[in-house]
Amino acid sequence: MATASGTKIKVKIPTLDSPKSGESRMGHRRVSSLASSRVAPEAGRFGVYGGRYVPETLMAALEELEREYEKAKRDPKFKKKLEELLTTYAGRPTALTFARRLTQNLGGAKIYLKREDLLHTGAHKINNCLGQALLVERMGKRRVIAETGAGQHGVATATVCALMGFECVVYMGTEDMRRQELNVFRMRLLGAEVRGVESGSRTLKDAINEAMRDWVTNVRTTHYLLGSVLGAHPYPTMVRDFHRVIGREARGQILKAEGKLPTAVIACVGGGSNAIGIFYDFIGDKKVRLIGVEAGGRGEALGDHAARFRGGSPGVLQGTFSYVLQDSTGQIANTHSVSAGLDYPSIGPEHAALKDAGRAEYVPASDSEALEATTLLARTEGIIPALESAHAVAEVMKRAPKMKKSDVVLVNISGRGDKDIGIVRESLKLDC
Amino acid sequence: MGSSIDNQQWVSERFILMPLSFYKKPGLVVYVTCGDPDLATTRAVVLAAIEAGADVMELGVPFSDPVADGPVIQRASERALKNGTSLAQVLTLAAEVRQQAQSTGLVVFSYLNPILRMGMEKFCMVARHAGVDGVLVTDLPVEEAGEYLRAMKANDLAPIFLAAPTSPDVRLKRIAEASRGFVYAVSRTGVTGARQQVESDAQKLVLRLRRITKLPVAVGFGVSNTDQFAQVGRFADAVVVGSAIVQTIEQNPGREAKAVGKFVRELSAVSSQPSVPVS
Repeated sequence: MATASGTKIKVKIPTLDSPKSGESRMGHRRVSSLASSRVAPEAGRFGVYGGRYVPETLMAALEELEREYEKAKRDPKFKKKLEELLTTYAGRPTALTFARRLTQNLGGAKIYLKREDLLHTGAHKINNCLGQALLVERMGKRRVIAETGAGQHGVATATVCALMGFECVVYMGTEDMRRQELNVFRMRLLGAEVRGVESGSRTLKDAINEAMRDWVTNVRTTHYLLGSVLGAHPYPTMVRDFHRVIGREARGQILKAEGKLPTAVIACVGGGSNAIGIFYDFIGDKKVRLIGVEAGGRGEALGDHAARFRGGSPGVLQGTFSYVLQDSTGQIANTHSVSAGLDYPSIGPEHAALKDAGRAEYVPASDSEALEATTLLARTEGIIPALESAHAVAEVMKRAPKMKKSDVVLVNISGRGDKDIGIVRESLKLDC
Repeated sequence: MGSSIDNQQWVSERFILMPLSFYKKPGLVVYVTCGDPDLATTRAVVLAAIEAGADVMELGVPFSDPVADGPVIQRASERALKNGTSLAQVLTLAAEVRQQAQSTGLVVFSYLNPILRMGMEKFCMVARHAGVDGVLVTDLPVEEAGEYLRAMKANDLAPIFLAAPTSPDVRLKRIAEASRGFVYAVSRTGVTGARQQVESDAQKLVLRLRRITKLPVAVGFGVSNTDQFAQVGRFADAVVVGSAIVQTIEQNPGREAKAVGKFVRELSAVSSQPSVPVS
């Protein structure tokens, strides 16, 4: 049990791997002085955040998944198979695009776009889905469940299930089904069953609750293909590892293009998988600023946004200890964002650790700023970003003009915007 | 409630006596979601259940995201949260119940976040002074329970952990070692709620636990009628009835306490045989 106060006693510490270089850098500032008795970061902890807070029924499955993942990680055959799928099926490496007209328009830093929108299924989500699908195969399970907010993770899951011949059930809040109708149809076309979730705010959080209930019931035969760096250990670590390829590629590409590292790396943060994916290989580069953009929604009141670092506090939701938007009695707050993929009251635990350590900074972008950014990127670069990714572009619009021309900004375009056309049309009252 | 010193000794005594509180077999553990439909009704329901023969009352703290619960308790939680029921209020309710019922076990049944928000130490202190005997935190497995166990022990509260059919023996050992009062065996994989059949999973799990611990084993999840209660009672020390009680409350607006009292009396009639030592 760990809390922000830093007091910590373990009954039994899970077997440790040698600490990863990245994790050892992320000690929780306030805590590091208090917790000097802690020798090494434990598996599944990022500073004080992370952990494994689930009903007992799921513990064995999480332990099995952790073991299987650790084995697979060291298996050259697994690595080769995943790389092959990423290359020949998903379309990696993705391009790094110099945004010439956007740069001119904003009149400051040089802007580069990491084009995860060009991947098969239209977003970065496929990286993780392919990785986990190979694990499912190794574990001998045949049924896969997933949650989805914007539908991109659901589509990617349905896709890999079709590819591998798994049965697939995707849980999705009915509010999200309404606003991401196209993706609902795509999932069904791919042979997945989409189950609408009517509880709570009928968005991502509620879809995860329902997926967890399914998993608790069918855990012996079913793998839960969680789509972000959320949930109980090993998900936040494993999902991050599957997305690290984004930052690894981008780092090489930008060095090649500019001969230097970027001044800043900017990505949107819902659960935070695309952000941690592009951040991770830059964490050691102290001069590179890492900036996560949360959903500022329609206002600052609790319930009107999903900016966990503006209105949230440490707590446990859906398996992990991180920043959570909650009320004074510990009930989880509702959230709002124009983008279904960012509309979630908690954030990946590694982001909480990066925030507390001061290594990454997190800022909000509002619904209207994201919509404006969508239009700008469409008209300057011919790229329609997902509304999620548009939040990152919105931050670029604020920041780039104040930067020097010699500065370089790397932005993760985590997905494409086809799925959002209806919302954008409605919101911008476009006459088309 | 007496002076704080008296209270302290009394709680200690209860903590030690708790495993013996299932003096009949099977013991009857009754769950309610507090604040459904309101706290006054919950108080009346709890007292009626105790009057009708419940050995242990589980006071459920409503949570916005009850991942381990089926539709019945989800709906109850929503109703309870609609009128703002909080953990603090549940503890006040526990104190009120304790004043009226000295010998019934009181267990707070909660998800972790409301407890974290109150503060682990504060929660345990308030619970102890309210006369609570034990606590079960649904989403807190033993590995994450270090600070919790320390605070519980310091306050003479019994930590009760879930054991699942999917838990390997090595986990059952840890669970039994960390638990006091009784171990709560989950009858089958799944969320809370009535089942047509309580699976053989439950019996296998109880037998595995018997080899590991001398603590009484209560079986819960899915027991909804007297037949199932009797069936499970043949191999468990105690049986938890939860969703069926919550459903009774839901279906009897205005006469919740009376209806629950009647149901608990029926269950209690099954469990009136004196306890037979488990071989």
